[in-house]
Amino acid sequence: MNARLIPFAVFALLVVLFGVGIVWNEHHDARYVPSPLIGKAAPAFDLPRLETPSQHLRKADLLGKPYLINVFASWCFACGDEHPVLMAYAHRFGVPLIGYDYKDAPGDATAWLSQHGNPYAMVITDKQGQTAIDFGVYGAPETFLVDRQGVIRYKHIGPLTPEVIARELQPAIAKLNEVSR
Amino acid sequence: MKRALLVLVCALAVLASFTAFAIDPLPFKDAAQRERFQHLTSQLRCMVCQNESLDASNADLAKDLRHQIFDMMQSGKSDAQIKQYLVARYSDFVLYDPPLKPATLLLWFGPAALVLAGGIVVIVLLRRRTKPTAQITATAAADATGDDW
Repeated sequence: MNARLIPFAVFALLVVLFGVGIVWNEHHDARYVPSPLIGKAAPAFDLPRLETPSQHLRKADLLGKPYLINVFASWCFACGDEHPVLMAYAHRFGVPLIGYDYKDAPGDATAWLSQHGNPYAMVITDKQGQTAIDFGVYGAPETFLVDRQGVIRYKHIGPLTPEVIARELQPAIAKLNEVSR
Repeated sequence: MKRALLVLVCALAVLASFTAFAIDPLPFKDAAQRERFQHLTSQLRCMVCQNESLDASNADLAKDLRHQIFDMMQSGKSDAQIKQYLVARYSDFVLYDPPLKPATLLLWFGPAALVLAGGIVVIVLLRRRTKPTAQITATAAADATGDDW
């Protein structure tokens, strides 16, 4: 190979490298951190229900069927964007959608749900945010898909959109049903 | 006069509570423990702001995690155990110092490998260049003998 071409080759390589960097930076979400909990058992929880705080929901109560946990809060701005999507899709998921009210005053959450509608099969509250630490929650809204053995199969950080549901969530739910058949 | 004093004391108490809120006080056993806590939390990333450490961040989650770390310290957990606790929940991303493992080999040794590769290229090019230069000086010397100047 002609030695004179080496600088051009190096230059072309750098152009490709920087080009990939620019494209990647534009398309990936810097806030997205893959959860180390995927494929692991969901943390045990024991949390009061929003409607009837004397009743608790435990992880053990939900074993045997897959479900979705959606972390939301009345103070969370992005949850307001996500809410209409949940209202439209909740009954189409084929698995129960459980609301996880994160660090919220119970009165606020109740008011928020009665104002915007309630897409959840059930709502549990975590006022202290202690269980949310076990779930690795750092930015509501977050959505977890848990299978019948209580293992986290999928997690989405940020608001669910129709695109994300079609591209990621619904295939993940379909996969659970395939395995169980 | 007494009433003025009372007002002053109350005002001072309110002020003191404000500053106490601002620095998020934790009842450390001694200065060494406080130092250990600050050292540890400055090595951990706040997942909400991501460019701030847990030590510096004012985010709600950072506050919760500081309390959690403090409680774990009180119950005798080591720094490594506390880091493990956080990594299990938030991935290696919480550590400002990435651990050495297969996925981070490029990160750890990439820069050194690049410098090494660059050095080899420079050495090869320089070696190649010395030969033609020797020839040029040889011909130049030959020219000089036959030339007027």
